[in-house]
Amino acid sequence: MSDLAIDVRGLRKTFGSKVAVDGVDIAIPKGEVWGFLGPNGSGKTTTIRMLCGLLRPDAGEGTCLGFDFRTQSEQIKRETGYMTQRFSFWEDLSIRENLEFVARVYQLPKRRARVAATLERLGLVKRQRQLAGSLSGGWKQRLALAACMLHEPQLLLLDEPTAGVDPQARRDFWEEIHALSARGITVLVSTHYMDEAERCDRIVYILNSRVIARGTVAEVIARSGLTTFVMEGEGVRHLLEELRNAPGVDLAAFFGAALHVSGTNRSALERALAPYRGRPGLNVHEAPVSLEDVFIHLQREVHS
Amino acid sequence: MKHFSLARAFAVLVKEFIQMGRDPLTFAMIVGIPLVQLVLFGYAINLNPKNLPTAISIDDPGTFARSLTAALHNSGYFDIVEETNSPAEARRLLSEGRVSFVIEVPVNFTRDIIRGEKPQLLVEADATDPSASSYALAAFSELASAALRDDLVGSLAVRAPKAPPFELVVHRLYNPESVTQYNVVPGLLGVILTMTMVLITSLAVTRERERGTYENLLAMPATPLEIMFGKIAPYVAVGYVQVTLILLAGLYIFGVPMLGSLTLLSVALALFIIANLAVGYTFSTVAENQLQAMQMTFFFFLPSILLSGFMFPFDGMPVWAQWIGDVLPLTHFLRIVRGIMLKANGWAEIWPNMWPLIIFMSAACGIALMRFRRTLD
Ligand SMILES: Nc1ncnc2c1ncn2[C@@H]1O[C@H](COP(=O)(O)OP(=O)(O)OP(=O)(O)O)[C@@H](O)[C@H]1O
Ligand SMILES: [Mg+2]
Repeated sequence: MSDLAIDVRGLRKTFGSKVAVDGVDIAIPKGEVWGFLGPNGSGKTTTIRMLCGLLRPDAGEGTCLGFDFRTQSEQIKRETGYMTQRFSFWEDLSIRENLEFVARVYQLPKRRARVAATLERLGLVKRQRQLAGSLSGGWKQRLALAACMLHEPQLLLLDEPTAGVDPQARRDFWEEIHALSARGITVLVSTHYMDEAERCDRIVYILNSRVIARGTVAEVIARSGLTTFVMEGEGVRHLLEELRNAPGVDLAAFFGAALHVSGTNRSALERALAPYRGRPGLNVHEAPVSLEDVFIHLQREVHS
Repeated sequence: MKHFSLARAFAVLVKEFIQMGRDPLTFAMIVGIPLVQLVLFGYAINLNPKNLPTAISIDDPGTFARSLTAALHNSGYFDIVEETNSPAEARRLLSEGRVSFVIEVPVNFTRDIIRGEKPQLLVEADATDPSASSYALAAFSELASAALRDDLVGSLAVRAPKAPPFELVVHRLYNPESVTQYNVVPGLLGVILTMTMVLITSLAVTRERERGTYENLLAMPATPLEIMFGKIAPYVAVGYVQVTLILLAGLYIFGVPMLGSLTLLSVALALFIIANLAVGYTFSTVAENQLQAMQMTFFFFLPSILLSGFMFPFDGMPVWAQWIGDVLPLTHFLRIVRGIMLKANGWAEIWPNMWPLIIFMSAACGIALMRFRRTLD
């Protein structure tokens, strides 16, 4: 058996004439945490659904956990925890009943103890009889996450698990993810948060149904060829419009009081910034390129 | 790997049970539909027979004819609108629909009774609406003997006990093959089950799809057979609850007897209930939303109620309609349930209608399973 938890090639899915996923390859070694990024409608959810057998791919081959993902989805399901993007537990069941249902369907031994432990960990012991539908959005996410990990799966496919979750809970979540990864569990997590992308071993960036960037965060940034300068100080607020259209500047945006200006052609960028250097009260210096700048740049490049 | 796991099916079953208990609509449907239908049809059975217009033709001046007239009037069933001494006149009123009954007291009625000669008492009934007339008819013979018993005192008391001192002759006109009101309650049993069982499961999968929980269910290792079992089994229990309600109401409100074997009825019920649940389940795998599911249920319900022999006598329907009727489970169930309840039919008599039910049930379950989509597309 290979040491890849997910190894699929040429994934393709169309809905009518609309291509949702086209030629996606993903190979995740066991025990790694990968981030799945891309703008809305780029095909993340569709890809994840194909991996766990919920959508039939039009083309593509490969394995999940050593099972053929097209024909052996029953076996894959048993070892996989899939958290849907939209809350999909039963709102007319209580928190406890939802967890018990999951435990029964997976035929877990020591059901009561396991459910009790999960409730304890979630801090929901007191509210266990509350209907899931009456939970707040963030608590629903936390319940869903706990429920899809109840059967201790080998592979976690998480579709925007932290959308709407508060910072403390998000940090707890990532701590748990890294603890699981240390135990050899593989995680593919889709997200729109840059800080979460940076917590992943590797990221896959999908745009218009194709993967257009992949690797560690550092690799993706380096490969983008972008350079970023930061301008701070007096009068910087008035500079955005003129710089945005200056030759050599691909991106210009404020981060707090600082204007970040990026471009792929370093010398052209330096030329565009030259007139501002040395202005009194204005500070121009090079800064590390942010992942967000890279993604926005990729998105623009494809659209133009 | 593909084996059936009772534990997983049980998981789905428990979940369904809890959800059923929490859904006021489902609950209202389970209790409400039988109740409403029974009341609606019960009215037709119970209230119409009262005050039926009656003509009485009396050729006999004796006291017994008088007592009889008074007793009929007091019973509330008969409203004597015409008293005549011409049988022909009375019959004309019947044919014109002005009266529902004609009662003919023959010449020398009183004298013959006293002599113990058992004279004939003729009752003619307009049986076009059999459920209306049959209650009154059923009451008539009892009424007549009771009325006369009060007159047969003293030396005549020897004529009073046991059998009525006259011979009752009943002619049902216009609909001699009359269906009695007893047919209605067993028929309702089938109709109510068809409606509620199909409707309940037609929403079972559609609702999950609408709420997005279907994706979660499919991502878990439960197989289509386990899901179907778990979603159908609770409603089999619901079906039996409904049956109990209807049978008790039938017995205590309308006096419909249960002559045959309850065990046999339970077996037939199981087949019929599962067949309908499977039909509903098939609908729910096809329907995109709950509205569509309900429409499909309605389109199944309509021919069931019209072509099964519930509304119209089966033998009176055109051949093409009988073909359709023969395919519907309700048609066969009606014959079975009427046979068991009213004629105490045994296994041998109901078998000709059992095997079509078995075939229908198996086919419906098979189609439901095949139609179940394991994926979201
Ligand atoms: N069942 C479906 N039928 C038709 N089109 C679909 C279906 N599911 C997805 N699509 C289309 O496929 C494309 C990819 O959708 P997908 O949900 O995979 O995007 P996503 O990357 O998950 O987006 P988001 O970040 O908003 O969740 C979209 O254009 C969407 O409209
Ligand atoms: Mg998505």
